[in-house]
Amino acid sequence: MSTLMEQEPITTVDPRRTTPPTRTGPGLRWLLWLVVFLAAVDVVAMAVVVRGRAPASGETRAFAAAIPTPQAPAVRGEERAVLTAPPLVPQPITRGYATKVIVDLEVVEKTMRMADGVDYTFWTFGGTVPGSFIRVREGDQVEFHLKNHPSSTVPHNIDLHAVTGPGGGAEATLAVPGHQAVFTFTALNPGLYVYHCAFAPASLHVANGMYGMILVEPKEGMTPVDREFYVMQGDFYTRGANGEAGLQPFDMQKAIAEQPDYVVFNGSVGALTGDNALKVRTGETVRLFVGNGGPNLTSSFHVIGEVFDNVYTEGGTLAQHNVQTTTIPPGGSAIVEFRAETPGKLVLVDHALFRAFHKGTVGLMMVEGEPRGGAFGGQVSTGAYTPAPAGR
Amino acid sequence: MRALTLLLLLSLATAAPAAAEPGPGMARIPGGRYVPLFVNGRATVEVEAFALDRRPVTRGDYLAFVRARPQWQRGRLSPAFTETGYLASWPGPLTVGSATDARRPVTEVSWFTARAYCAWRGARLPTTDEWEYAALASETTRNASRVPAFTARLLDLYHTPRPVPPVVGSGFRNVYGVSDLHGVVWEWVEDFNSLLVSDDSRATSGRDHPLFCAAGVVGATDPNNYPAFLRYGFRAALQGRTTVGSLGFRCAQDL
Repeated sequence: MSTLMEQEPITTVDPRRTTPPTRTGPGLRWLLWLVVFLAAVDVVAMAVVVRGRAPASGETRAFAAAIPTPQAPAVRGEERAVLTAPPLVPQPITRGYATKVIVDLEVVEKTMRMADGVDYTFWTFGGTVPGSFIRVREGDQVEFHLKNHPSSTVPHNIDLHAVTGPGGGAEATLAVPGHQAVFTFTALNPGLYVYHCAFAPASLHVANGMYGMILVEPKEGMTPVDREFYVMQGDFYTRGANGEAGLQPFDMQKAIAEQPDYVVFNGSVGALTGDNALKVRTGETVRLFVGNGGPNLTSSFHVIGEVFDNVYTEGGTLAQHNVQTTTIPPGGSAIVEFRAETPGKLVLVDHALFRAFHKGTVGLMMVEGEPRGGAFGGQVSTGAYTPAPAGR
Repeated sequence: MRALTLLLLLSLATAAPAAAEPGPGMARIPGGRYVPLFVNGRATVEVEAFALDRRPVTRGDYLAFVRARPQWQRGRLSPAFTETGYLASWPGPLTVGSATDARRPVTEVSWFTARAYCAWRGARLPTTDEWEYAALASETTRNASRVPAFTARLLDLYHTPRPVPPVVGSGFRNVYGVSDLHGVVWEWVEDFNSLLVSDDSRATSGRDHPLFCAAGVVGATDPNNYPAFLRYGFRAALQGRTTVGSLGFRCAQDL
């Protein structure tokens, strides 16, 4: 992954490639064709050069040339993964080698707050929605223990999108209430991946909150930043309308119609506002691990008052720069990086705004400290405005 | 070897004689046709008339069985037939707790033990088709499976956490006079793993599992029937030795 704020230069247009068609006599036409031919040769040559170039400081992994044959490296040692509840993220990985990582994740069905006065019985990985954040390193051999709490009403399992293998581990982890299953996999591909329950009916399990994320750090490591947060969107379908008080059961008809009553970050309305707002200081670099559990809606993730310096679109390896809003599909993710410059409130939203205003997709990031870099001049003046009379 | 002998005895005992009238505590379920969630070729299945327990087997009922057949008591049973969770919440091998506890459905039983109980009674476990067919009924109609309100109600019942199984009779009583089919405990059926006939449910073989992720919708006759998905899913996740705190059973009989 590329370094934060390290932006590639804007590509200048090669005039040879865009030679405008000119009115030429028949005698000159062959010359024009020659120019076009040379330009084409030039493009091909450039492409060869680009492909052949060694990845600069691990910035890109040249995937275009060939799909690599994965090779699980020999692992050294063993450790137990530290899992975190949202919006926290485990510490970056500092070791420079692959190891065996033991992940213990408990499935528990839990009645929790959806909004003020509104409860919902969530099905969770680790007791939170979204589920515990898992952080491993490329090449790590993961021994995954999935434990289904005895109080669960139904069997559960896990499909980790980071897994190469049948069902992402779904069949290998199926556990009835009061049982556990263990499987192993090697984290071959770096990136930010969604995991979710995939047992019948998977749509229902996901609608009840059974999703989370696993980050596979590239073996080169990630550029250090000052703050990292875990934010995941989800849509929920309740028998009562938005705001109707009490314990609200799941509504299948609304889910099939894809008409959610709640669309929220981190499992409830207000999970990232008030006392729960994310806090950073001016000058700090911020990395958001953003996911979308769905089950139905695609997120138009936007932070009001900020431009994303880097977006690792779809949680992959390529960085896009200077992004206002990034699309995050259900079962997908993005890594978003920016530097907080101006004190005040940044507002995380799904820019499909009726969701933000009426269904809950609002989060706050409070930026404290002195303004930096002259990014924002603030208000200069206000006054009355009277347009000149029309029709003269 | 003892396990083998038991198994042999068990299979002999299962050949229960047919009765013209349902036994005590059982209801007559008239024959008919129904459409299961997953079909093997035929869209509808013919179910012959049979007798079904009006309520799940209680701890009290089961206590009488393990008294009469001590080899099925907790602590005496071969691990071939059950996991360590067998009757684990009973205070002792021959004590079930309070009088209220005695009226709760017996759970933490394996398929082998549930089968042995029914055989002891001269009955058998219902088949998936029989159970599903009887469970289509609401209080007023034999087949409520396409009534959205009924489906929603079952889904609510299945979602309700019950750390301890409620006493029998606390669920609704359907048009056949059978209670507690929904929202009390999950129930064993004879062919619980019939979706995986040629497979081990733990295997990660190439065979498509009909209940994983989107594969669950392919081949289902009614993708909107989420309660049925949950029931079929629960059964498909089981092995014969499995014991679960929310999994009990009731018996059936030929008529």
